[in-house]
Amino acid sequence: MTTTDSSATPQTPKGKRRIGDVVFANTASGSGILILAILAGVAAFLIIQSVDSLGANTANFFTTTGWDANTREAPAFGVAALAFGTVLAAAIALLIATPIAVGIALFIAYYAPRKLASVLGYIVDLLAAIPSVVYGLWGIGYLVHQLTPFYQWLSTSFGWIPLFAGPVSSTGRTMMSAGIVLAVMILPIITAISRDVFLQVPQAHREAALSLGATRWEMIRMAVLPFGRAGIIGGAMLGLGRALGETMAVAMILSPALVISPHLLQSGNQTIAAHIALQYPEATGYGVSALIAAGLVLFAITLVVNMGARYIVARRKEFTE
Amino acid sequence: MAKRIDVSGLHVYYGDFKAVEDVSMTIEPRAVTAFIGSSGCGKSTFLRALNRMHEVAPNARVEGKVMLDDQDIYAPDVDPVAVRREIGMVFQRPNPFPTMSIYDNVIAGAKLNNQRLGRTEADDIVERSLHGANLWEEVKDRLSKPGAGLSGGQQQRLCIARAIAVEPAVLLMDEPCSALDPISTLAIEDLIAKLKENYTICIVTHNMQQAARVSDQTAFFNLAGTGKPGRLIEMDETNKIFTKPDKKETENYITGRFG
Ligand SMILES: Nc1ncnc2c1ncn2[C@@H]1O[C@H](COP(=O)(O)OP(=O)(O)O)[C@@H](O)[C@H]1O
Ligand SMILES: [Mg+2]
Repeated sequence: MTTTDSSATPQTPKGKRRIGDVVFANTASGSGILILAILAGVAAFLIIQSVDSLGANTANFFTTTGWDANTREAPAFGVAALAFGTVLAAAIALLIATPIAVGIALFIAYYAPRKLASVLGYIVDLLAAIPSVVYGLWGIGYLVHQLTPFYQWLSTSFGWIPLFAGPVSSTGRTMMSAGIVLAVMILPIITAISRDVFLQVPQAHREAALSLGATRWEMIRMAVLPFGRAGIIGGAMLGLGRALGETMAVAMILSPALVISPHLLQSGNQTIAAHIALQYPEATGYGVSALIAAGLVLFAITLVVNMGARYIVARRKEFTE
Repeated sequence: MAKRIDVSGLHVYYGDFKAVEDVSMTIEPRAVTAFIGSSGCGKSTFLRALNRMHEVAPNARVEGKVMLDDQDIYAPDVDPVAVRREIGMVFQRPNPFPTMSIYDNVIAGAKLNNQRLGRTEADDIVERSLHGANLWEEVKDRLSKPGAGLSGGQQQRLCIARAIAVEPAVLLMDEPCSALDPISTLAIEDLIAKLKENYTICIVTHNMQQAARVSDQTAFFNLAGTGKPGRLIEMDETNKIFTKPDKKETENYITGRFG
């Protein structure tokens, strides 16, 4: 009896703790499974809903630029121009935002006096909180007008580069404007992540550089940037993910045309997200299903980009440990 | 190449906190000077004040004078970057740049001084510095491999190679062996004995046997009490410090540890 008791006593608290563990483990894995289920559900929905129109499509979905889907008779539509526009807008945004974000992050982490650094960090975080429709309003109501003279100059000076070829859109509602607004929108996430990795650079590495007679900038090049590079890439790709999916601002700013055009200063091009938002209300026939097919493509692009970002960030962690 | 350091009336602060008080000493060229004393008495702080690494800490400052031969390193027109090129430093934990190869680690500092360093010149510097750090034979076949892949002792010698590649006049070492095993420690001590032919060397150590083995001069630091600044109690020939120090405080510390 005594033996049974003494063996039962230590088991009671153990058993109690196990209940907590079990509840926690189940909640955790439950939410994990739920997320996966939602993801799979969304993918399944997109696939099932798009099969209808893709089956009826008389054109090649991946190479066609036109969008003749609002019919029950022989729809012909393709995602080529949209996918191109989506990637182009996001790429412009990324090219503009990344260097600026890295610069701001370096300034916050290594140059600004402490007070200014925290104020700046706060302002950058605030930028992330602005709703995208507000960015859209700002872009269409203010920025495009400010940018038009600059576009004129760019086209006169560098018009021989196809990207900047004229005639410049007089409204300024161009791919370049959309890209610039997207750049402002993804600036905060890239800045925040870069700043975090820059602040994580071990003091030992920074002091190693300084003790060799490095200036602050040389210290940054020697110890900070190599250490933070993977983090910058990860942040940039998260920003890219956001830029790819951004709808409202692009829909408001861009004057759309379903073409594949490299001329950033002329009107034209369109992104998947903005196209869906603009077309959905008047979609008839195979229209809705076709838009869902476009959504599926966007889903796939964003998924790949985000997985790439996670992979790079995870690899960096392994490397620094 | 090696230069003399003359410290007079040096006070070292972190903000309002005075960590080191009124130190004066002469550090001879082509000799090893050891700094000993209990933990927290300001040895590292003092050492870092000698090459202006101290001011990297926020609000850190010094009062007093540090002369490198006839140059006052705290004179208003002196660039701390230039001071650090002349007075190199080796840290407690080996800190090779993790993303760089062995070769790039060694050449990193030398490249700062000379942006247009040619390939053969760079090769020469790398080989000479690795020889100088007694590491060449061990790494000559894997110069392009990451420096972080070496053993702790090899990493520390890599850091020494990196420091001497800049051709400084003085080498400061802050407990360079405290993270190493006894064999690696011996290798570093041998290296220090060799390096002193060309450099002025200061070494902080918590290991008194090590101080006795490697140094010519020993400086003993102590705290007047908790929260008080560290002071230089006594500095003399290492032999004398360990056999018949002038101050009772020094003797207590030495015998306490050895006894
Ligand atoms: N970065 C710092 N900021 C503020 N105080 C510091 C800093 N580094 C060291 N100190 C303080 O200065 C004193 C001397 O420290 P340190 O020079 O590291 O001693 P030691 O190297 O002899 O062990 C200690 O009281 C320590 O707490
Ligand atoms: Mg110390």
